[in-house]
Amino acid sequence: MLGYLVHRLLIMIPTLLAISALTFIIIQLPPGDYLETYISELESQGENIDPEKIQQIREQYGLDQPMIVQYLYWLGGLLKGDMGFSFEYSLPVSQIVGDRLLLTFIVTLATVLFTYIVAFPIGVYSATRQYSWGDYGLTFLGFLGLATPNFLLALVLLYLFNRYFGISIGGLMEPEFVDQPWSAAKLVSVLQHLMVPVLVIGTAGTAGMIRRLRANLLDELQKQYVVTGRAKGLPPIKLLLKYPLRMSLNPFISDIGDLLPELVSGSVIVSVVMSLPTTGPMLLSALRSQDMYLAGSFLMFLALLTVVGMFISDLALAALDPRIRLHGGATK
Amino acid sequence: MTATTGSAAGGRDKLPHYVSTAPFDPYSVERMTAEQERYYLASQWKMMWWKLKRHRLAVISGAILLVMYASILFSEILAPYNLHSRFTDYIYAPPQRVHLFHDGSFVGPFVYGFHYSLDMDNLARIYTPRDGKTVPPGLQAPPAAEIQKLRFFCRGDPYEYMGLVSGSLHLVCPAENGTMFLFGTDRLGRDMFSRIVIGTRISLTVGLIGVSISFLLGIIIGGFAGYYGGWVDIIVQRVIEVLRSLPELPLWLALSAALPVNWSPILIYFGITIILGLLDWTGLARAVRSKLLSLREEDFCTAAQLMGASPKRIIGRHLLPSFMSHLIASATLRIPSMILGETALSFLGLGLRPPITSWGVLLNEAQNINVVVLYPWLMLPVLPVVIMVLSFNFFGDGLRDAADPYK
Repeated sequence: MLGYLVHRLLIMIPTLLAISALTFIIIQLPPGDYLETYISELESQGENIDPEKIQQIREQYGLDQPMIVQYLYWLGGLLKGDMGFSFEYSLPVSQIVGDRLLLTFIVTLATVLFTYIVAFPIGVYSATRQYSWGDYGLTFLGFLGLATPNFLLALVLLYLFNRYFGISIGGLMEPEFVDQPWSAAKLVSVLQHLMVPVLVIGTAGTAGMIRRLRANLLDELQKQYVVTGRAKGLPPIKLLLKYPLRMSLNPFISDIGDLLPELVSGSVIVSVVMSLPTTGPMLLSALRSQDMYLAGSFLMFLALLTVVGMFISDLALAALDPRIRLHGGATK
Repeated sequence: MTATTGSAAGGRDKLPHYVSTAPFDPYSVERMTAEQERYYLASQWKMMWWKLKRHRLAVISGAILLVMYASILFSEILAPYNLHSRFTDYIYAPPQRVHLFHDGSFVGPFVYGFHYSLDMDNLARIYTPRDGKTVPPGLQAPPAAEIQKLRFFCRGDPYEYMGLVSGSLHLVCPAENGTMFLFGTDRLGRDMFSRIVIGTRISLTVGLIGVSISFLLGIIIGGFAGYYGGWVDIIVQRVIEVLRSLPELPLWLALSAALPVNWSPILIYFGITIILGLLDWTGLARAVRSKLLSLREEDFCTAAQLMGASPKRIIGRHLLPSFMSHLIASATLRIPSMILGETALSFLGLGLRPPITSWGVLLNEAQNINVVVLYPWLMLPVLPVVIMVLSFNFFGDGLRDAADPYK
């Protein structure tokens, strides 16, 4: 187990390096840089800019260096926990993002839990009652969740929740709790506001999860050992829980690798619509204004979230299934 | 042979070598019925078709897809209005219902005209149908009913068909001086139904072009990895792993933010489709690679090698066709996520830009909660999105089941 852990950790390093390089290239792609946007903005307002001052700023932030140097500079900063400087806010990125990273993490975690809690019983029910009306109905509902664009569902649910439960529109807590220290009341408010985003982001992943669990369980249910168990007179519930369900749980955990990127993607657009104080809205505005370090840090954080999530799922899988440890890595 | 027969008098003499001249019938022992023969001799594609036909939902979905894709050939004719025709008297008008009967007597398809009034308290526009019953606010009695019979195959808004031929024929038009807003109008008084019909063209082709790109990339890259193996395979595997661990939407956002602002809308359209396809090939490449690796060891492949077939011929003639159907099925399942991706990008304002109109661009108007309360019909473009995504999913599922007809 220890060897596997080390091996898996070592693989993460080149992956993260490659992701950081890719992220850097992407945030560098737009022609020009923030300073040019900034200068043209100032000029359009009729202000004169001293070219020497511009040159000074450029040197200060290393924008005159070749790309590879800028990249190494940025990477070095990241390793030390320094996420660079946001031009738009004139503040270090780490000061701006503050709670946003934590809240993004909370939203994502809550959504993963929600997906599991919903998909698990439905998947088991659909598989054990194959081709029943319940199976068809629930599967269709899952598909409908998959097919409805997240942002629209978010809008409609926001309205409904506001109308019938009186939860304020937008944000992750009631306005009076913003900038307040954490308290029980604030926590309740956050939990209430979490419902809509979690519901909306969760719908997309749930459908796929139900489908996979159903297929896996159906495969297992046809196997000989189930017939043997039934022939020996095991009660149906016990038979289901003891063997086939455990076997089909395996892909349930490894699927988190597919699920996480999906959820993170979903959370970005939903939080833009609902103006949640997570990474989504700020990432969008940073991308629009070419605030490259801010955008880059968000992209890196989202990627890190998925990579670490996959790492944990691999570990859980290895703990559950000895066959995987023996092969020393490749799970797919 | 018995001892008394004369012909074998020699006892140990060999029989003369005998070959029957009668035509050989391999089925003489077990005669097949015409039904069986048809089944056993059918080609792979034919068997797939038979199997697909049994999947009721997949066939219905396939028919819907066919109709939708056929409609993009005649968008301008099917839409009663143009993309940009504005009716400034009817801003934010609600959908008009098509009726057949008025006061119990058959009239044929018609709509009631609108009675317009302005609520002076909150400056809301109020449209009420003049059906002779509904009393608009501010009036004591209902205004006289106004029946506007629809016309079919009629001359309406002029258009440039596919940007080449100009015409003005429409399948259905409103009555002379009448209106027909089946899905209501938007903030500029443009007919939502026409815009959705014409937007179909863009939304549906985005998915097709995007999937073609990822299909091509997937086959080439996955083929290289699977056929050459070794370090090529290792590098490709790593790249796929990195790309798969990145969340799609933020990447799409970042890449489309990188498209130059001064590009024309049509260039942006191609840029977006390429971006959608560029990040999506990993799943297909993986499938190609693993299939190539396992099929390489099959007997039919060894046989082809022994008969001296070149690697190119083996891959092209023996390996690829044997899992092409699978690939097509999985590609079909990728299209909906591209349609949703385009919708999301355009909704956020980083995707397609007007005058190019897609369902996502239309939904961009439905960005705030006021729309849900006041003008819910602006959310109608979501209807075709849901229908298309569901159809593609069911059809792709059926196709995937059918792709293995021997199972």
